[in-house]
Amino acid sequence: MTNDLIVSPTALLFAVALVAIALIINFHEKIGLEKEMLVGVVRAVIQLTVVGYVLTYIIKVDRAPLTFLMMAIIIFNAALNARKRANGIPHAFAISLLAITVATGVTIVLLVLAHAVKFTPSQIVPISGMIASNAMVAIGLCYRNMNTSFHDQRQAVLERLALGATLKQASIGIVREAIRTGMSPTIDSAKTVGLVSLPGMMSGLIFAGVDPTKAIMYQIMVTFMLLAATSLGSVIACYLAYPRYYNEDLQLR
Amino acid sequence: MAVFDLRDVGLTVGDRPILHDISFTVEPGAYLTIVGPSGAGKSTVLRLLATLLTPTAGTITYLDRPQSSFDKIAYRREVSYCFQQPSLFGETVRDNLAFPFELRSRPFDAAKALAALSDVDLPAEMLDKPITELSGGEKQRVALIRNLLFPPKVLLLDEVTTGLDHDTKAIVHQLIEAGNRNGMTVIAVTHDEGEIAVAHDLLALRDGTLDKEAIRRDK
Repeated sequence: MTNDLIVSPTALLFAVALVAIALIINFHEKIGLEKEMLVGVVRAVIQLTVVGYVLTYIIKVDRAPLTFLMMAIIIFNAALNARKRANGIPHAFAISLLAITVATGVTIVLLVLAHAVKFTPSQIVPISGMIASNAMVAIGLCYRNMNTSFHDQRQAVLERLALGATLKQASIGIVREAIRTGMSPTIDSAKTVGLVSLPGMMSGLIFAGVDPTKAIMYQIMVTFMLLAATSLGSVIACYLAYPRYYNEDLQLR
Repeated sequence: MAVFDLRDVGLTVGDRPILHDISFTVEPGAYLTIVGPSGAGKSTVLRLLATLLTPTAGTITYLDRPQSSFDKIAYRREVSYCFQQPSLFGETVRDNLAFPFELRSRPFDAAKALAALSDVDLPAEMLDKPITELSGGEKQRVALIRNLLFPPKVLLLDEVTTGLDHDTKAIVHQLIEAGNRNGMTVIAVTHDEGEIAVAHDLLALRDGTLDKEAIRRDK
């Protein structure tokens, strides 16, 4: 690998000009996102700096428990974030945690068993992050879609219940639609990968001097891995969440 | 043995009382009509009987057993509630008539569905008609036969004839009365003057409770 990939602090400082462009547009168009944007910029700098040092340490000591701990932190944060989209679904944190853990765990175990990645922190931690964040977005979309559907289709759900439907029979249409919504960004990006975007992982490898054909092999693996992870995560989250819309008397809350 | 026996039934949502002190019985094979001004709690009574709501006071007994002791799903297939301005499922009339079969994990019986359509004077071609092309009266009739494909013991009707023209009303009445003659208990909420005039058993609600003055009983 080449080592000319160093962004100097001065270069980063100049990159702040890019943030300024965004801020100016925001002010000029009265979009009102300046506070959000600044919080985002500051958080990105702090979080990434901390993670940079943490990753350096974890990769240097290369111990399995530390790698697992890092995965746990990533999954925990992803679940916290997914819950924010749940908007009052009871036990949304526990559901998200389980869904993201299974999605990440199953995918990584398969990748390691297939020798596609090695169980070493420099590979496992970034891949966990990629999977967990995609699962998080998918699950968040599922929750939002389910909330809207249970609200908009309230009477239809009631009518199904009144005809003697089980909770699953009354909700299955909504559940399927929510899973579809959760998976659609991953499927869309799988369809357009290479045509529209050169995804982060592949770009990173090419930046680092890896032969693009090899980088592409990795990207294909990542695409498949994200398809598996988002479907697992969406299915688990939706199937665990829909009964929460009903009370113990099988009535809509 | 009464089909329903309600004792001092009440429903409070949050701190808002919706119904209070409702007591009445319904005998097997009865045709009970419930009337009252809007907001009196008529639909709420039907929803309590259908277990779509649970009373916060009093008891409801169904066939001499507490309503709460029944398996909800089996109960709702026996005590079938037909909504006012129902929403139809899926894309075609067939999707709606197939639903009761799906619920019971049975294959769709097209002959039975066609017979049910003809009972409410709807043609066989109706089966594959998109639900978006149905008139209000057609929708209401499709919803009603959705409740009746597997005849329930009790049929709860929530103003199902509201907005129907005279002929369609007559068809719907005929179907319900035929079921009633075969032993099906019917409890119908209505605003319709004609229906109120011919009702045998009449309960009136006002402000969330029974209006004792306006109760009429044949038996």
